[in-house]
Amino acid sequence: MSVNQVKREIPDKYAKQYGVYAGEFTNVKPYEAVKRPIKPITPHDSKMVDSIHDAIVKTGLKDGMTISFHHHFREGDYVMNMVLDEIAKMGIKNISIAPSSIANVHAPLIDHIKNGVVTNITSSGLRDKVGAAISEGIMDNPVVIRSHGGRARAIARGDIHIDVAFIGAPSSDEYGNINGTKGNATCGSLGYAMIDAKYADQVVAVTDTLVPYPNTPISIPQTDVDYVVKVDAIGDPSGIAKGATRFTKNPKELLIAEYAAKVITESSYFKNGFSFQTGSGGAALAVSRFLRKAMIDEDVKASFALGGITNAMVELQKEGLVDKLIDVQDFDHPSAVSMAENPDHYEIDAESYASPLSKGSFINQLDVAILSALEVDTNFNVNVITGSDGVLRGASGGHSDTSAACKMSIVVAPIVRGRIPTIVDDVQTVVTPGESVDVVVTELGVAINPNRPDLIEMFKDMKVPQFTIEELKEKAYAITGTPAKIHYGDKVVALIEYRDGSLIDVVKNV
Amino acid sequence: MTVKQTATAGTTESSDIMITLKPNDSGIEVELDSNVKKQFGDHINALIKDILQKLSIDNVKVEAVDKGALDCTIKARTIAAAYRLRGESDYEWEAINSWND
Repeated sequence: MSVNQVKREIPDKYAKQYGVYAGEFTNVKPYEAVKRPIKPITPHDSKMVDSIHDAIVKTGLKDGMTISFHHHFREGDYVMNMVLDEIAKMGIKNISIAPSSIANVHAPLIDHIKNGVVTNITSSGLRDKVGAAISEGIMDNPVVIRSHGGRARAIARGDIHIDVAFIGAPSSDEYGNINGTKGNATCGSLGYAMIDAKYADQVVAVTDTLVPYPNTPISIPQTDVDYVVKVDAIGDPSGIAKGATRFTKNPKELLIAEYAAKVITESSYFKNGFSFQTGSGGAALAVSRFLRKAMIDEDVKASFALGGITNAMVELQKEGLVDKLIDVQDFDHPSAVSMAENPDHYEIDAESYASPLSKGSFINQLDVAILSALEVDTNFNVNVITGSDGVLRGASGGHSDTSAACKMSIVVAPIVRGRIPTIVDDVQTVVTPGESVDVVVTELGVAINPNRPDLIEMFKDMKVPQFTIEELKEKAYAITGTPAKIHYGDKVVALIEYRDGSLIDVVKNV
Repeated sequence: MTVKQTATAGTTESSDIMITLKPNDSGIEVELDSNVKKQFGDHINALIKDILQKLSIDNVKVEAVDKGALDCTIKARTIAAAYRLRGESDYEWEAINSWND
């Protein structure tokens, strides 16, 4: 058993294989990017194949290989279920899957795991049913949870070797030029899929909208694509924005957002040319509304807004308050439309978004990030992957990437959710280390990380109640009582990779 | 007191608890369904038993459907169910208040 820098026990077997977390940038070292084989296409070759079945045959997919998917269709994705069903039907077993994330809509995955079709998973997140099943221990091998930047790093370095990438393409031509802004299931940015296309051995474009050659704009180019398949439907457009981004009317969330906006506007970062990123949670999203008012009042404009893009950011850009939107993923339809129409709303891939091992990612240039959390502990460690009952249900996302890289990371969370305290003694699972988290904002007030004395000085006259993180925890426990410890089993069901590839925590069965 | 009929208080809304009291042969038996059972199940069980004992209800089956209620809510719903069970509405506020430490 090794104990890492955030005091989490990592079983030796995994500690040896992955290394253990030893600080934000300790493992950022030069490396060699992977090589990939190329099957050249000569002038009279066609890339079109008749079905998913034929694409699987053509790629030579067999037992033990790794396939990948993207999650830009979010709860509207049809592609992963479609491909896995076909693989199961063909009798292929022992497949590793490397989707950029997994949604509720992927519940059929549970049967593929039980039947031995899928035996390894890496993903950013695991939602309700799949998360619960994996927490029960239905897999022999633990799921590897990776952040969005960590996944890009893992693919570029070869930690994930993708044999075949199946890329849901909102539109494609017969030669595999793909974008996400035309077609039936327009998801906007294809940032996560671009990495798969660049590094996978073989790439299959799966589309329901075949357009005349050449399809532009080109998000994923023909030079990265081996085969193109036309199917009836790749996704449900209404599922893409599901549950994401309505403006909250919840007074608690609005107060949190107001406090968070104040932390930004009273910081030295709030000046012309500043940059920010907001998550997709209710409070995180509402921050942009309060920020907007302050930007107008004080005549401050942002140089860029980054990340998962929402309509709230698109509107700020339309008002001239934000110069550029840098977009790795879209959370709603208006954002996808904006990316198609506005050249200053720019699509980037996951590697340039957040990889710790790239030649500099966008998050390194970011001033302020507002992020949500399931739990924060008194060491400022953040959990976004397991519920307070220990069951896998969230997603790593860009949380640890952005927190580590930006100049001021703000975690917004209500002090309690129902009877569940959000500020706790120890988070169930560490995803983002406390050293990356600068300010925690709740509806009762804020706590500034003592490792940022500059911020404590900066905010000493701020008109928002300030507490130590221990005081916030005490206030939470005074409402809910002290929660009993969760009793986990002995089986490791998930490995939590830090963005650099070392293990920051493990999750056991429950 | 031994219970002969059934009484209910509360709802299954978020942050509420629905307490149903039914006849039981011997002792207080709590059947708890809660979304925070792992973290607070033992505590909620003990709290409900404690309230019923204070109200001198000794033989009762409790069905509690909890949606993350806080202690104050659990107490209030349990007391209300107990008074309904006895058909009483002259609440002994002073006695109830004296339970708070």
